[in-house]
Amino acid sequence: MKKLLFLLLALPTAVWAAGASVPLDRAPVNPHNQESLQRGASVFVNYCLNCHAASYMRYNRMQDFGLSEALIKENLLFASDKPGETMQVAMRGKDAKEWFGVPPPDLSVITRSRGADWVYTYLRGFYRDNSRPMGWNNKVFDNVGMPHVLHDLQGQMVPVYRVEKSADGVEHKVLDRLELARPGSMTLAEYDALVGDLVNYLAWMGEPAKSQRMHIGVAVLLFLGLFYVVAFYLKKEYWKDVH
Amino acid sequence: MEKLLNWVDERFPLTASYKAHLSEYFAPKNFNFWYFFGSLALLVLVIQIVSGIFLTMHYKPDAALAFASVEYIMRDVDYGWLVRYIHSTGASMFFVVVYLHMFRAMIYGSYRQPRELIWIFGVIIYLVLMAEAFMGYLLPWGQMSYWGAQVIINLFAAVPFIGEDLSIWIRGDYVVGDATLNRFFALHVIALPLVLLGLVAAHLVALHEVGSNNPDGVEIKKLKDEQGKPLDGIPFHPYYTVKDILGVVVFLMVFAAIVFFAPEMGGYFLEYNNFIPADPLKTPEHIAPVWYFTPYYAILRAVPPILGSQFPGVALMGVAVLIFFLLPWLDKSPVKSIRYRGPKFKIALTLFVIAFIGLGILGILPATELYTWISRVLSVVYFAFFLLMPWYTRNDSVKPVPERVTK
Amino acid sequence: MSETSVDASKRRFLVTMTSAVGGVAALGATVPFVLSMNPSARAKAAGAPVEVDLSKVEPGMLLAVEWRGQPVWVVQRTPEMLELLAKHDNKLMDAASDNSGQQPEYCKNPTRSIKPEYLIVVGICTHLGCSPTFRKEIGAADLGADWAGGWFCPCHGSRFDLAGRVFNGSPAPTNLVIPPHKYLSESKVLIGEDQGAA
Repeated sequence: MKKLLFLLLALPTAVWAAGASVPLDRAPVNPHNQESLQRGASVFVNYCLNCHAASYMRYNRMQDFGLSEALIKENLLFASDKPGETMQVAMRGKDAKEWFGVPPPDLSVITRSRGADWVYTYLRGFYRDNSRPMGWNNKVFDNVGMPHVLHDLQGQMVPVYRVEKSADGVEHKVLDRLELARPGSMTLAEYDALVGDLVNYLAWMGEPAKSQRMHIGVAVLLFLGLFYVVAFYLKKEYWKDVH
Repeated sequence: MEKLLNWVDERFPLTASYKAHLSEYFAPKNFNFWYFFGSLALLVLVIQIVSGIFLTMHYKPDAALAFASVEYIMRDVDYGWLVRYIHSTGASMFFVVVYLHMFRAMIYGSYRQPRELIWIFGVIIYLVLMAEAFMGYLLPWGQMSYWGAQVIINLFAAVPFIGEDLSIWIRGDYVVGDATLNRFFALHVIALPLVLLGLVAAHLVALHEVGSNNPDGVEIKKLKDEQGKPLDGIPFHPYYTVKDILGVVVFLMVFAAIVFFAPEMGGYFLEYNNFIPADPLKTPEHIAPVWYFTPYYAILRAVPPILGSQFPGVALMGVAVLIFFLLPWLDKSPVKSIRYRGPKFKIALTLFVIAFIGLGILGILPATELYTWISRVLSVVYFAFFLLMPWYTRNDSVKPVPERVTK
Repeated sequence: MSETSVDASKRRFLVTMTSAVGGVAALGATVPFVLSMNPSARAKAAGAPVEVDLSKVEPGMLLAVEWRGQPVWVVQRTPEMLELLAKHDNKLMDAASDNSGQQPEYCKNPTRSIKPEYLIVVGICTHLGCSPTFRKEIGAADLGADWAGGWFCPCHGSRFDLAGRVFNGSPAPTNLVIPPHKYLSESKVLIGEDQGAA
């Protein structure tokens, strides 16, 4: 019956791996890397927060990764906001729907739902596609409504296709890879690092308590270990009587 | 101190209850690993009630506010994340513990005469627990909450004649909406927990009336010493209290490891789609119920519609749960414990376990033609285990049962 | 059960140890639940210090702002009002603000304020928590010819002067509370944070 338990535990990874057709790149997520989170927060506030809200996230929670309240107020807040407020956007949902087809989703927990790897691949997966209203498409999110906000930094990518034959002999174009057509202000490696920091921040924002959770967890398990030792000897002592 | 105790005892059976249920409740001395799960189930019940009370202090049962209030608990409430993870982990662990507890009863024949009522109370607890878990799952108001509830409630619509009205009555609306959320909240936090507590009390009273079974399936009350104590019994306290403490600590280690290091449990305890707020206009690509319901969900999907009606599948799913009630009367074996049963029962039980776990896995996966066929085969095995039981238990070659328990 | 000798002291020791560790565990388990009942980040954000622009407060007028869910009054007292303030010390319960719980140390002065003209006071009667009415008209008919302006509590008739000090004979036992506050600039005041605090 221990096999039963093992099976149940081993299952998760296997099942959820299926689904995505494009292989995802591994996001450099580390909730303990404070510098990366600080850089990511600044990218988030400057580029994402214009259209996307993070309405469950309070600005002053950024103190968790080493920013002081004064620093948050000076650099990351709009003048009228207070550090205790949540990250809202001025853009109205109705306008946004008109511009992009769908209202930009709230980003508070999105990375927890999509997974950091998906978001990391997504933000590096925009390419030029003039058939789309905004002129952009994405390799992991086909016909996405969002334009490539960071193209000044990354530059413009164009798709390279290869021809594949399916089982029934029909040929069709498959996206092979993206190529840099016009460089941006950053090298691709610099851009990857920037997106890495941003995704690290987004993942952190999905569960700000994660780092604290793990610290407490270690203490709790160590304590339970001590409890086990004491309880073990107690049980052993009493069960001497039973034969 | 003694005076106070006397004062109480004259008015309330304190010492008498202590003796009857702890210090002079004689339990067989040969309990093994499987016997931890009863007390652990009780522990999880307490954990769920306490953590639930504290979640209720911050949660808002309102379709417009529910999702945000859960995120509020996760972020703004001091240690709210911990309280919520304890509750979400507790929900899944409740089923882990209950499934293992039920399996124990099946291998050692704990449902057999004279313990039929304990078993019946237990199966009712299991049913109420399913309802409790299902309603609780709607409350975070994420995509999986919403669409899971939508799908399950629509099952009731398959009931002939009254189905449509029935499902509308359950929802209180034409789709799952604010009214549904509000009533599920009421049932989840008040009605079902009260029922559950009453049933657990009945389960324990019945158990202490007839006494515990054991891995040998021997009735320890048959052989007593001159003071009337069972020869193979030991007082529950201190022997099983100290043993259960050990079990509880190990269980808490597993529990804490999940809460602190893997609260989503790879998407099984907290599903990734449930971090997106409920959207009545957009169904997620793949809907599966939470893992503890998936065996029954697979049975549901395995049955093809008959005469254009989904009802047979729904009915069979219901029967799959309710059939557990009949177990005490389906089992005709002269022995209780698997230790003295013959190969037929052992094979049947093994096949049943494979079918149950297999259906559980298939219920998570998307339905393809191959998977549906496997589900059909496993469903047949599932029901055959019960329906053929009178035959294979009666004709099995059994080993002689000893007078006393073995070590 | 066998009749082997039982080491009672060892058992007592182990029972004590397990009880102690178990007790610590139980106590530790209650901590997150107890702390979850504290004011949340949202409540703290809503109770955060409030900035008030004093240029909006005209002489003799009252501006009510909300701080921690309570009304806080900001009054600009005219020179005439300030002059009258000093003339009725004998009718006051605590003219010198000796009750230190009712105002920060830096407001223990005749005008109960940092700048004499601006009074900043919590608008809750110290009797039973009603919010008194602002009655600035001098010699109001219903309050007597010697009324020098102040507040009158409609619930039980407590009277306060324009420094929030309670008059003798009122049911209210103490002066109105002056909240912690500090000046950020000439015309900006922050309510909820002490002067000198970071």
